[in-house]
Amino acid sequence: MAMLSFERKYRVRGGTLVGGDLFDFWVGPFYVGFFGVTTAIFALLGTALIVYGAAIGPTWNIWQISIAPPDLKYGLGFAPLKEGGLWQVITVCATGAFVSWALREVEICRKLGMGYHVPFAFSVAILAYVTLVIFRPILLGAWGHGFPYGILSHLDWVSNTGYQYLHFHYNPAHMLAITFFFTTTFALALHGALVLSSVNPAKGEEVKTPEHEDTFFRDAIGYSIGTLGIHRLGLFLALSAVFWSAVCIIISGPMWTRGWPEWWNWWLNLPIWR
Amino acid sequence: MRLDFTFPKYLALGYLAVVIVVLSTVSVFLGLGWTVDRVHATQNGYRGTGMDQVKWPAAERALKAANVVPEALDPASPEGDKATDVYQNVQVLKDLSAEQFGRVMSSITEWVAPDEGCGYCHNVENMADDSLYTKKVARRMLEMTRHINNDWKAHVANTGVTCYTCHKGNPVPANIWFADPSPQKDAGVMATNDGMGHPNKTNGSSSLPRDPLSPLLFGKEPIRVAGTTGLPSKPYGASIQSTEQTYSLMMHMSASLGVNCTFCHNTRSFSDWADSTPQRMTAWHGIQMARDLNGSYLDPLKGVYPPNRLGPLGDAPKVSCATCHQGANKPLLGVSMAKDFPELGGVPAK
Repeated sequence: MAMLSFERKYRVRGGTLVGGDLFDFWVGPFYVGFFGVTTAIFALLGTALIVYGAAIGPTWNIWQISIAPPDLKYGLGFAPLKEGGLWQVITVCATGAFVSWALREVEICRKLGMGYHVPFAFSVAILAYVTLVIFRPILLGAWGHGFPYGILSHLDWVSNTGYQYLHFHYNPAHMLAITFFFTTTFALALHGALVLSSVNPAKGEEVKTPEHEDTFFRDAIGYSIGTLGIHRLGLFLALSAVFWSAVCIIISGPMWTRGWPEWWNWWLNLPIWR
Repeated sequence: MRLDFTFPKYLALGYLAVVIVVLSTVSVFLGLGWTVDRVHATQNGYRGTGMDQVKWPAAERALKAANVVPEALDPASPEGDKATDVYQNVQVLKDLSAEQFGRVMSSITEWVAPDEGCGYCHNVENMADDSLYTKKVARRMLEMTRHINNDWKAHVANTGVTCYTCHKGNPVPANIWFADPSPQKDAGVMATNDGMGHPNKTNGSSSLPRDPLSPLLFGKEPIRVAGTTGLPSKPYGASIQSTEQTYSLMMHMSASLGVNCTFCHNTRSFSDWADSTPQRMTAWHGIQMARDLNGSYLDPLKGVYPPNRLGPLGDAPKVSCATCHQGANKPLLGVSMAKDFPELGGVPAK
């Protein structure tokens, strides 16, 4: 496999976190590293167990395959393999694979001498997953509070878990998370539209520069955050959305067991209008 | 083709071993059986469906303390003189012996008017006198109790009810309700907002209609509003307003029973009976029962009450799920008082 012209510059030795030079090599275009190996092991084992779970389950319909967590009665202990134990092992594999991948990203960042923005952003996604299947179940005292691994079944879990608190839209952290998700997509739409219109000018015109882009937004809304700034803003919005999603579910149950509309009674009970 | 593929393979195997050891250690660690006993969760669906009830132990203790059942008086013999032979103006408990009749009267005093005593309903100079409105209401309530225990087994099963189920020592049960219309403006399209945006106890502090009980537990408007087609198509089903009414009623049921939506429903399809829990069937009969009691027993009493016992629209106090349940999914946490009171009908003595 031929190397791309710029690849030689990126194939830098060192920067590993674990293992020194041992796994500091490439397979074709792919950096391996200690965490590449652990990613592969966790991912392959986890995937194989999901396929095994599907094989002993009632269906091969891809939408309906579901690896469900244990019954609540097993608490934080082990469940028999076919009654949720599989879910427990797969959860360990998934967490191991995700964390390994993030650490592999860290090693690559160190090799390239760049900041840790990418692994940090990915870690927030991992945090959300781990919150759902590890932190919250531990706080509630049973692995059975995790979500099942299935395309439709995990959506049913989301629905029912939301309705455990009667009306999830009243969850204040959920409100923040939704607002950040929508703002993220809105910012991306504005940014994407701006870039596409700049680099696809009308016939006979030249591709526009960032100065032109800034001018457009200064005209339109009186302010342009700039070419670098928009990416910082995008990262902030996206990570905030995921962060508040994690908050909104970890407070549901461990910190609040009633309907979310009732939580707002503090507002109704403010002395000025009570 | 260039591969930087130079590493001792036995070391790779070593790393693999380390990974396996770490995995096993984590597994053992997780297997220690920690108990985080802060929140009490009970499962009422297949594992992983998220159909669970989550409660604070403190809230459960408070509920238990609020549902202490008073001890029943010693059983009375159905033999001997009939109540009608000993007392005058006995209209409902005609089948009881005088001994049973006395037992019921003593129990009612304890359950309904422990502070006020016999004089709350009776003219103590002449116990047979019907001059007090409370006596006329109590008479109708005895009929209602027997009706519930005899004819509504689909809802109350063999647990049954007694006066205490709702009254709990209060002359007027704590959880009665009256029609609560939304404030009306003079005219125009904004003349009414269907009771939306007035958070109260009934709608669970949400913006849903504030009085779903009048149309749904007194009136007989349809409650099932879920669409049966993937997209809205003619003939169109329930309106947004009636849907919100249904959801408001469901908030009321949740608060009344101290449960969440998943106690009865798998929310992937609220309307699907096959996906619902058995409790939904009991609740369905409960809705029918509340409509029956409000229509046949409670609302017709409005001419008997003095004005201060009526609602703002002049309607009689009525029952909702909260009247009996009072935060427990089984009133009095499932303890059957009625089994000790064959006098109240329906439930055989044991």
